[in-house]
Amino acid sequence: MRLSLDEVRHVARLGRLAMTDQQCEAMRDQLDSILAHFEALQELDTDDVEPTSHSLDMANVYRDDEPAPSFDRDRILANAPKRDDECFRVPLIMEED
Amino acid sequence: MELFHRTAHELAELLRRKELSAVELCDAVLGRIEAVEPRVRAYVTVMADVAREQAKAVDARRAAGEDLPPLAGIPLAVKDNMCTVDAPTTCSSKVLEHFVAPYDATVVARARQAGCVFTGKTNLDEFAMGSSTENSAFFTTCNPWDLERAPGGSSGGSAAATAAGEAIIALGSDTGGSIRQPASFCSLVGLKPTYGRVSRYGLVAFASSLDQIGPLTKDVRDTALLMNLLAGHDPMDSTSADRPVPDLTELLGRDIRGIRIGVPKEFFAEGTDPEVANAVHAAIRQLESLGAIVGEASTPTVSYGLPTYYIIAPSEASSNLARFDGVRYGHRTSKPVADNVELYEQSRAESFGPEVQRRIMIGTYALSAGYYDAYYLKAQKVRTLLKRDFDKVFEQFDIIAWPTSPCLPFRFGERGDPLSMYMADVCTIPVNMVGIPAVSLPCGFSSGGLPIGIQLGASYFEEPKLLQVAYAYEQSAGFHARRAPLGASCGGEA
Amino acid sequence: MALEAIIGLEVHAQLLTRSKMFCRCSTDPSAGPNTVVCPICTAMPGVLPVINRRAVELVVRTGLALNCSIASHSIFARKNYWYPDLPKNYQISQYELPLCRDGYLDIDVNGQKRRIRIRRVHLEEDTGKLYHTAGNESRIDFNRCGVPLMEIVSEPDMRSADEAREYLVALRQVLRYIGVCTGNMEEGSFRCEPNVNVRDTESGAKTGISELKNLNSFRAVHQSVDFEIARHTRLLQRGETVPRQTRRWHPSDESRGGYTDVMRSKEEAHDYRYFPEPDLVPMRIGDDWLSEIRAGMPELPQQKRERFVSQYALTPYDAGVLTQSLEFAQYFEAAVAACRAGQVAEAAKRVSKWLQGEMSRLLNETGQDIADVPARPEHVAELLELVEEGKLTGTIAKEVFEEMFRTGKPAPQIVSERGIEVVGDASELERIVDQVLADHAEVVAKVKSGKTQSKGFLVGQVMKATRGQAVPQIVNDIIDRRLGV
Ligand SMILES: [Mg+2]
Ligand SMILES: [Zn+2]
Repeated sequence: MRLSLDEVRHVARLGRLAMTDQQCEAMRDQLDSILAHFEALQELDTDDVEPTSHSLDMANVYRDDEPAPSFDRDRILANAPKRDDECFRVPLIMEED
Repeated sequence: MELFHRTAHELAELLRRKELSAVELCDAVLGRIEAVEPRVRAYVTVMADVAREQAKAVDARRAAGEDLPPLAGIPLAVKDNMCTVDAPTTCSSKVLEHFVAPYDATVVARARQAGCVFTGKTNLDEFAMGSSTENSAFFTTCNPWDLERAPGGSSGGSAAATAAGEAIIALGSDTGGSIRQPASFCSLVGLKPTYGRVSRYGLVAFASSLDQIGPLTKDVRDTALLMNLLAGHDPMDSTSADRPVPDLTELLGRDIRGIRIGVPKEFFAEGTDPEVANAVHAAIRQLESLGAIVGEASTPTVSYGLPTYYIIAPSEASSNLARFDGVRYGHRTSKPVADNVELYEQSRAESFGPEVQRRIMIGTYALSAGYYDAYYLKAQKVRTLLKRDFDKVFEQFDIIAWPTSPCLPFRFGERGDPLSMYMADVCTIPVNMVGIPAVSLPCGFSSGGLPIGIQLGASYFEEPKLLQVAYAYEQSAGFHARRAPLGASCGGEA
Repeated sequence: MALEAIIGLEVHAQLLTRSKMFCRCSTDPSAGPNTVVCPICTAMPGVLPVINRRAVELVVRTGLALNCSIASHSIFARKNYWYPDLPKNYQISQYELPLCRDGYLDIDVNGQKRRIRIRRVHLEEDTGKLYHTAGNESRIDFNRCGVPLMEIVSEPDMRSADEAREYLVALRQVLRYIGVCTGNMEEGSFRCEPNVNVRDTESGAKTGISELKNLNSFRAVHQSVDFEIARHTRLLQRGETVPRQTRRWHPSDESRGGYTDVMRSKEEAHDYRYFPEPDLVPMRIGDDWLSEIRAGMPELPQQKRERFVSQYALTPYDAGVLTQSLEFAQYFEAAVAACRAGQVAEAAKRVSKWLQGEMSRLLNETGQDIADVPARPEHVAELLELVEEGKLTGTIAKEVFEEMFRTGKPAPQIVSERGIEVVGDASELERIVDQVLADHAEVVAKVKSGKTQSKGFLVGQVMKATRGQAVPQIVNDIIDRRLGV
């Protein structure tokens, strides 16, 4: 199996990683060899096997609907690359984005 | 032996008897850091001022007659992927180079509460993705046993710091072997607890269903003491187990006669370094001589652990790392961008290293439309098979034993190809996949003097028995008493 | 061609919890920007979610009200997409195994009963809010981020804009009744996205679905759905293909009527990469918990309507009006219960008339909610009793009611403060009647001779003499008795 460059570009975009064409090609080669390694899994018959997403068999972990004091705004905004006194700032978002 | 090379339980005893003050101990360790850190490079941030304040506070409390927790005054290094309010939390990534968390991770809060003295934040493979600490965006940490070699990873900084005497004990995190493998490479004890035993709150997530925080220490008793502090239910972590925490020091010293130890043959596959295999076999024979009943075990699906892990972990990571977009914190590109898509793409491409980008790509691909069933879902099903294998083994055995790493500590750059680096995790990964506890402890040295670790595993929440066996072996083998040859003469005499 | 519209509605309703879905920040909407936020709802590195139990219960309650089957095993999933108002860049939502599925809601459209099937009801979290600055930037406020949100997806069972609106009205009514959502569309706590297309029932040809956005009123839903049906119909009749699109509704203004247009759709198709949320464990809703939730369920609108008809002998129409909101229905019942005199049915009829009349008028005028009206149901009952006993005329009673509505003072107090003479004394009224009859002998003669229409003049004179405070019917009776007609 060989990934197409367009597939690599698509995945890079889904993952929000800017990549040059050269980087895409290098990435394709690496992904190809890694994905080839994954092929081994297809040997296993898992038709009747339930997936495990957690090793723990836990359920029903909740908290009560009790509000607690929030954080100071300045502490939440402290690490923001771009902000004003109240909000985080980003480039203008078109309404229809 | 110099103070900084001693164990936490020895030092705690000295502190308790007031033969040593926390400030003296702190200064000894800070002095050692000054002396060897330029060569070892274990820390991203040294928290000298914080440490001195904490040490002073402990001394004051003790002077006031307060009965302090066992680890009060003990210098502790924290892997730099756990949030701390008083030092940056970088994950050894450019993304978070200047990030200071507004809250403490639960384990950090517990350690703070218990009077531990924070020496600093230790280096790691960026976002804990790697097995050598070479993937740190800042610098490479060296193995105190051989500065030309990797300390293992991703908790390489914590392991190197502890082995070099730059900390007495340390916190690591283990997603696919990141505590145990560096423990093995640096001749330390490293425990990956049962999934859910230690809160993950405040641990910057790599793979949520696998990550677990645990101790890196010089001996088993220290691991037990640190685990006593770390373990327990946290209402902030929904995956944290709500069950009692036994005192892990209790079974230390009990004999291990009759304990059944299984040796899964699949873990001694081709490719295991013969020196490693020999040392581990010798350790198993030693366990047998201590009265354990040793037998061959089988975990047939274990060879599928690696691909399973390298699907699941990157999948979860691709989603966990999506929050690093340069909006609320972290690196943001200074290039002009047309819109938010570009802002994200540029900021992330500039600040994630190649291994992180590779894993985001793998994970994004494995979850994307049309591939989910073949990769992610398939891997989750194989995980069930793995779990069945281990469940079956634990019907027959109390403990399993096998190597921690198939290879000896490698030289920098020796494993440049990502796949060959991934192979280094083959012995540790299955444990994370099924969630059981496992510990790595020193079991000898290669002809070239490089550390070798044996790995012991147990069933869910069987940490007491696991450490009981580990302790019995450690005490009879004695490898834990050796210290890295690194500049024993320099720095920090107390 | 035999064309048929196919309409399904996706509704997002904010749940009435005190704290957010996965953290303990308050859901207070009045707070200043980024003041009800914490590391969790702003997705700081290392944080983890914990499920708000109440939110789960409210969704299950909704599922029960909508006749859904409740999942005994349910999980959260991550829905991965990038947007600056979504700090984790994934939304914790549900994909496989939602809490509720396969229900229905019966609605009444122009006198006809229709059953709209509900595909699923699931639990998720809201996003933050974006504000646009004068410059080339947007500002982000995460106060709303993480507020519990319930998504209710119908099957495409509606066939007209009327049906879509009725479904939405009925759904909102149910959600309000069971106390899970304020249902406020303008504030965005109840949001609707219709999916509309048109099918030729003969050929089976179908247009691509239009997903409609930006609808913040029932009117907008109705108009936009109508617009899209017409547009699809036109294009289908012309033989043109209609692609699947996301479209934005623009309400009418002076320059043109309402219309929809295509929202810029990016090349990148949505690929949400759903997978089970590894930071949370499954929800198992066993019989015990379910019966506990069931026991806490209030009467639903339909049940209440039916009960009003049988218990109070109301017409279905009146029962429908009175039960439109839970508060209104509760007010009605309290007022009827406070009526002392007469039979329940009569009291109910009177109260119903006043609530649908004066009360509704004043509520409309003032934009108030019945729950906030100072006049309590027992005050209304007292007033109606005064009218019933003939102590107040209708005109005066309306004035008294209006003051009572504003101030909450009881009727007798208003009456005495205003110096209104309650003409309750029959002998006093008879004296006035006698005076009027004596003053207008010629009219009396006419009436006696059979010109009964002239009686109105006499009644009018009495009313004048009492400054409108007498009850005309009683005056009428006295005149009849006196004149023997
Ligand atoms: Mg939704
Ligand atoms: Zn919050």
